[in-house]
Amino acid sequence: MSPPTLPPTSVPGEPPSVSPAGVPGLLALFLAFSKVSLAGFGGVLPWARQVIVEERRWMTPEEFNDAFALAHFLPGPNVVNLAVVFGSRMRGVPGAIVAFSGLIGPPVVVVTALGILYARFGELLWLQRALAGIAAGAAGLIVATVAKMAKPMLQKGFGPDPWMAVAVFVAIGVLRWPLPWVIAVVAPVSVALAWFSTRGSAREG
Amino acid sequence: MKDDGGLLWSLAAQFAVLSLFAIGGANAAVPEMHRLAVEIQQWMTDRQFADLFAIAQLAPGPNVILVTLIGYQAAGLAGAAVATAAMCGPTCVLAYGVGRIWDRFREARWRRAIQAGLVPVSIGLVAASALILAQATGHSAAAFALTAATAAVAYFTRVNPLWLLASAGLVGLSGYV
Repeated sequence: MSPPTLPPTSVPGEPPSVSPAGVPGLLALFLAFSKVSLAGFGGVLPWARQVIVEERRWMTPEEFNDAFALAHFLPGPNVVNLAVVFGSRMRGVPGAIVAFSGLIGPPVVVVTALGILYARFGELLWLQRALAGIAAGAAGLIVATVAKMAKPMLQKGFGPDPWMAVAVFVAIGVLRWPLPWVIAVVAPVSVALAWFSTRGSAREG
Repeated sequence: MKDDGGLLWSLAAQFAVLSLFAIGGANAAVPEMHRLAVEIQQWMTDRQFADLFAIAQLAPGPNVILVTLIGYQAAGLAGAAVATAAMCGPTCVLAYGVGRIWDRFREARWRRAIQAGLVPVSIGLVAASALILAQATGHSAAAFALTAATAAVAYFTRVNPLWLLASAGLVGLSGYV
């Protein structure tokens, strides 16, 4: 996946105008994000990078990483955040709206059609069986995602982080407590612990 | 009609709140969506929730389109539109606003502390998603075995997830899951 490195023609964080291929128009933004969303089966972010950095060259890898870090910092769907951040850096509010619409519009149309079909034919025996299999497989994909997410945390040595993760898992997954209350309690504790452990330590992603 | 209006408002309010606590993306919000849609509002059964999740994974696009399917199941086309807008609207506005001032605090220690502190939270949330989905699907030993096998292949190889889902679907067709 490593792209042919682009010359750093721009300073990361210094918004529009300096990206390698100039500023895209609104239609180009819409089409690019439609492509990202329709190509991205089970994971849209790699495609966002592919299209924005490698194909269209609207951002340098550094700028993309910065936008990605910001999108990750915020709650909610990360790719949606990325589209808004990127679109607004390129073209202000209209850019944000257009990038968002391109990303979410086509999949919403597709999935609504699937939802209508499911409401009508969801009880057919063969479809039931196939979906049961796919759902079991999809659960497995999430298990693998968790394992991949947890690996760096566990390799970092023994700290409070795994306990935070376990606390959230038990409260939400086992006890089924409401999400906002659990986050309101656990997130500040976890952030405070991170604050003390980042003291003086070198910066990392 | 009055009921429909109430239902749409409820969809809008619940998904708007949920979106702001979805730390780690749409997959992190799956347990809360399940709690709302299956346990509290009873818009659907456990099995239907698992089916919709499967469809969202199969379809192209970001995972957040699961919300569109839940909205449709709850309140038809209007429900799909309202749920999607509510899930994306608040965080879009937040992303826009924070994006404008990001440069001012990107390097700040508190910014790094927040980001680092939220990592274990999102891991816990996605782990809870995995548990809830496995419970919603797997009422048979075969389903659990299929989940475990898919997880192992996805973790240890770089096979495209779509192939894994397609294979799981074929196994499902056999009727043992």
